[in-house]
This record gives sequence, structure tokens and C-alpha cells, in this order.
Amino acid sequence: MHHEDYQKHEGDLFTKSFFVLLAFVLMGGYLLAVRCIKGIGAVSGMSDGFPWGIWLTYDVATGTAMACGGYAVAILVYIRHHMHYHPLIRSCILTSMFGYGFAGISVMIDLGRPWNVYNFFVPSQWQFNSALFEVALCVMAYTVVLIIEFLPAILYSLEKSEWLRLRTFIDWLHPSLAPKKETLINHIDKVRKAAGWIRPLLEKVLIFFIVLGITLPTMHQSSLGSMLLIATTKLNPLWHTGFLPLLFLINCIYIGYSMVILESLISCYAFKRPYEAKELSGIASIIPWLTAIWMTVVIGDLAWRGQLAAAVRFDFYSFFFLLEFALVAFGSLILFNRRNRLSLRTLFISAVMIVLGGGLYRFNVYLIGYNPGPGWTYFPSLAELGITVSIVAFEILGYQVLVKLVPVLPKIHLHSHGKPVEHKIEQKISA
Amino acid sequence: MKSQSRRDFLKIATGTGAGFLAVTPALAFSGMPPVNNKNLGMLYDATKCVGCKTCMVACKRVNGKDGNQEVEKASFDKDGLWDSPIDLSGNTRTIIKLFKEKNTPWSYVKHSCMHCQKASCVSVCPVGALTKDEETGIVDYDKDICIGCRYCQVACPFNIPKFQWDRALPQIIKCNFCKSTNLKEKGIPACVEVCPTEAIIFGTRKELLQEARARIQQNPGKYIPQIFGEKEVGGTNYLFLSAVPFTKLGFPELPQEAPAVFSENIHHTIYKGFIAPIALYATLFVIALRNIHKQEKHPEGPDKRPDGGKH
Repeated sequence: MHHEDYQKHEGDLFTKSFFVLLAFVLMGGYLLAVRCIKGIGAVSGMSDGFPWGIWLTYDVATGTAMACGGYAVAILVYIRHHMHYHPLIRSCILTSMFGYGFAGISVMIDLGRPWNVYNFFVPSQWQFNSALFEVALCVMAYTVVLIIEFLPAILYSLEKSEWLRLRTFIDWLHPSLAPKKETLINHIDKVRKAAGWIRPLLEKVLIFFIVLGITLPTMHQSSLGSMLLIATTKLNPLWHTGFLPLLFLINCIYIGYSMVILESLISCYAFKRPYEAKELSGIASIIPWLTAIWMTVVIGDLAWRGQLAAAVRFDFYSFFFLLEFALVAFGSLILFNRRNRLSLRTLFISAVMIVLGGGLYRFNVYLIGYNPGPGWTYFPSLAELGITVSIVAFEILGYQVLVKLVPVLPKIHLHSHGKPVEHKIEQKISA
Repeated sequence: MKSQSRRDFLKIATGTGAGFLAVTPALAFSGMPPVNNKNLGMLYDATKCVGCKTCMVACKRVNGKDGNQEVEKASFDKDGLWDSPIDLSGNTRTIIKLFKEKNTPWSYVKHSCMHCQKASCVSVCPVGALTKDEETGIVDYDKDICIGCRYCQVACPFNIPKFQWDRALPQIIKCNFCKSTNLKEKGIPACVEVCPTEAIIFGTRKELLQEARARIQQNPGKYIPQIFGEKEVGGTNYLFLSAVPFTKLGFPELPQEAPAVFSENIHHTIYKGFIAPIALYATLFVIALRNIHKQEKHPEGPDKRPDGGKH
């Protein structure tokens, strides 16, 4: 682990956006209470025809793909051996951790009988025919792996931190705590020592978890595609194919790389840090190859099943298919050009297009292309959207707080004045 | 850089090819499990049904405790005297519907779980809350195991399992041939027991198919010459005879192959003996370990290249 690659983001914890996001989280808490008292029907547009709404389609199926940055960059760093991307990995793992953690929260809100979830751990109940069984176990395991992968950063800051916030807090409480203050500070020293003892041990075995962190997403992202294989009569033939697992796997990797670009651009913009342009354009050069293969499989498979005509029929389904395909295709076309990859603006636009297109593909498979028969319609209710929005707000809030408490972001190299280097292309990042 | 990208492409293409190889044999193989005609089943003859709904009343009387199925009031029924569900729901396991295009022809139809030979819901349930009894063929649901994921609803080609959307503690509601109630006590499902016109009969699938074929043969022109459920999605244990086309009675047009056979073939090919995931882990581990050792020997390795690394 190269702890010197990373740094905390210095800044106030309680910003305006902190409170705005917190308000959304509280709204979500209220809606969650309604859901627990009045049932899922009271806060969602789901029905017996459309038993899966946006909680599964967006929060789980699309959200975990967007959280594949950690997976995609881990492939790049540890398998393809491009160590100069290593400084990016910690923030990617953090966003993956949030993405998967909150997919997990969404599932627990979405499940009708969450108190029975322990059955996933009862071997006699294991059901190897079910893609959902595989997805559930893998996602749970992967979330744990992500936390373990992130643990060194937390231990590092526990060890090195001056505990200023806690100390100020204790000082503030001082009058009432006067006799206990010394023991508290003693405790802090103990925690610090423990962290310093565990971290090197953890870092020795970390490689086992890192590789697990590449294997598990390969498994469950493809299985997220397998989930809809069963819907032979309900999923539109434009999307229902035996290649769903393969398409979902490639899809999550290119969404993952695109999200790494977006997250880096957005967090650099929001935190007023210099952009990591060289790394991002490097990552961007991989994306069009992945999308090219994905599109080849999509078209080849449609041709093989004789569905090409349906794809250009310009009806409801064809429209969404073409939209998804065009977004991915144009986004990648831009990235094939080296000069475009060096411009942050085009990089941003094409990454947005690919994430939208790739995400729409997952929406198409889980919701838009899904037709349970005449008489059923689905549109998410306001409360249903509200819960999703509050979960996303929670996610951003957590990211905002953690990058300020724990060294996550790549280190900025400083001038003699102590100001960040403005010119980023020349910026050399030690791996 | 060009050659690097090309090598990337080749590597990814190889991976994709491996994916193809995994899926293609699964698609080519379409062996259906043999149909078990000793399973218990029901035969509903729409031409004999008079639409009295006694079966619905009996069903709720006997099974209503399962999931606290409530009476569903109609909007005009101020006193709430009548149970008038408009479709299968979290309160209703079976329902009689009337199909009427013009004055003639018209037909009743009784919807409830089809008890498929190769049931999609059983195949997809991640915790085995839905089970199919080998001997009787009854597809049963256990609410004490169910996690409420509703994958069974997504999977069922007949949209049969229903969820209690308005409950704090919801469950799935579906017919189980009165397995733990009437069938256990009297050896016959409640709906069959009370039917005044013998529109529903109960027996082994073999007997019911013989009876259905005999009725079609003895009454030429009366029935659509098809037993719905004989072949659909690999065969169901609930069988139908009707004078009007089955699509008009609310049944979808279905292939003869069970969806679960298609999905399980692919899923099992990928996860056969858990070999592929373990092989993947081992391969990745060796590569990652080698890369890390390389890194330790030449920490500035890849970055020393003229273009500052790969790109």
C-alpha cells in the first residue's frame, strides 16, 4: 500500500451542500417509515405485473454497474499492471463501497420480508438454480471485500490523525467531563496503537481480497444479466438473449471506466483540485474497445435471432433500443480520437453519454423492455423516486464526509508556496 | 500506444470468445425434463362452469387464514357484504372471470396457479421458499422462508403469484391445491369439492389428460381441439378445456419449452461445479502477484517509458 499517494481533502465538514443532502436523507427516512407501516404499495408504483421498479432497476442493477469503478480500475492496476493508475484506486473503491452498500440498503427496503434474509446463509435453503441467489451472495461478499480493501485508509488515519475534532469536542465538553478527560485521551492512544498494529498485518493479506474484489464483480455482474433469462415470454426479444450475462459483464466494465472519469472530473471540480487529465485520458482509451465488442455482440446476436428488423421498426421498444445504442456508439466514437481524449470537456461529454447509454441498456432489460401482458403499466411514484433520491443523497454525503476525514484522493504535489500545481499534464504522480 | 491498444483488443476479444463458448452449448442443448403424469392435477372445463363462484368462496373460507386474506369490497357495495375481487391478488388465490365479446360466444374461466411441471417460480426463488413436491407435483410456498424479493412474480409466465402490497408484513399468495388444508383433511381441494357442475375435477395428470381427450373426441365441434396446459411451458398440472380460444380467456401465447430450462442451462454452464469462478480467481491471483513482485523490483517500471507509461 502506498499511503503517500493519497491525502485528505482539507475543508469544512458542515458545508451548505452537507445540510441540503442531509435534508434529502431525512425525507427518505420519513418515506421509509411510511413503507414500514403501510406496506410497499403505499410508497411505490409497483404492482403484481411490475414487481420490480426503479429500486431494483436503478439502485441495484444500474447503481452497482456505476459502482464498478473500483472493479474496473483494479483490473487495470493489478491485472493489466498499469501502476500509474494506482493513485486513483482509493477513491474508486470508496465510491464502489458506497454504490454497493446503498444497493444493499435499497434491496432491504425493496424486500417484502427482510427478516427472513438469514435464509441466504442456511445451506439447506441454497438454491443454485437462481441467478438472484448468486447475485445476493456475491454482492454481500463483495461489499465486505470493499470494506476490507478500504480499511487500511481508515486505520492509517486513525493512526496518524491528531484527533483534532474529537479533542475540540472533548474540550468543549470539558467542564462536565473534567475528571475523565485524561482517560479518554489515553483511550485514543490505545486505539491509535491498535490501528498501527493491525494495518501492516492487513496489508500483507490484502492481495487475497483485492483478487476477490475482481472475481466477485465478474460473477455477479454477469448474473445480473442472467436474472432476466427466465422472462422468456415477458422481456422483449430485442433484449432477451442467452448472451445477457456476457453483455451485462462488458457493460459494467465500460460503465465503470466512464464513471471513474466522471467522478474524478466532478470531485476535482467540486473540491477545486487540479484535474487528473493524463490518467483519465488513458482510461478513456480503453472504453471504445470495450464498447465496440459489446456493440458487436449486440448486433451479431440480433442478426442471429432475426431481430434486426425489429430494432429499426421505430416503435416504442425500437426507440429505446436505438437511443441506448446511439448513446453508447457516439460516446465511444468520440473517444477513439486521441485529441478528444485530452480535452476534459469532450471527455466529460462522452463519459456521460456512455454511462447514460449503458445505464439505459440496464433499464431496458429490467423495466422498459419488460412486458408482463395487457393491462399492466408502471411508472415510479413520487415517494418511490424520493427514496431513491435520498439514498443517492446519502451516498454523496458519505463520500463528501469521508474524503475529508480519511486520505482518499490522489495527492496533489505542492509548489513552494503551498498551492496546488495548476498544470496537470506535466504533473507526475509517483506510483 | 497503437500496438498496446491492439493487444488490449485481442485480450478482450479472447475473453469475449470464452464467454461465447460458455453460452453457445447451453443454447444448443434444449433437453426438457420428462413430464411426470403421476402428478396431481385439476381439469377445468369452461363449458361446464356456470360462474357461481362457489369455488372462490370455498377457497377463501378454507385458505383465508394464509396471509389473512381479506374480503375485497366492490365500490358500489356500501355494506361490504360481498367478496368481489376483480383479479387474483394478495387476498385471492383463485378467481372466476367472464369472457364476453358479444352476446355469443361467452365463457367463464377459472384462474389460479398452474402448477407447472418445470416451474419458473421454483427455479428462481433464491432461498427455496417455493418448492415443487416430487410426488404430487404441488408447487407450494413457505412464508417463513420467503424474503419477499418477488422474483417469482417476474418469472411466472402466467403472472400467478401475488404480493400483498398494502401490508406491513406482506407475503406471496398463490394456490397450493389446499395442500395443508382441504387436501390434507378431505383429500380434495376445496374448489373441486364444492363445484356443483363438476366443471373442475381432480386427479392424476394422466387420468385428467385421458378424460380431456375423451371429451374432445366425444363432442366434435364443442371444444377448441387443444388441452391448454398439456404442452405449454413444458406442461402444467392444471389443465383447461374451452369452447373459445384460450388467448381470449386471458392466457398468454406460450412456447412449449419451459423458461426455466433455458435459464438454468446457461446459468449451470457458467457455474458448473463452481470450476469457472475458482479458475478465474486462481488465474487472476497469479497475475496480480506477479505484477506486484515486478512492481517491488522495479518500482518506477512502467512509468519510465518515453510516453510516461502506457498512454
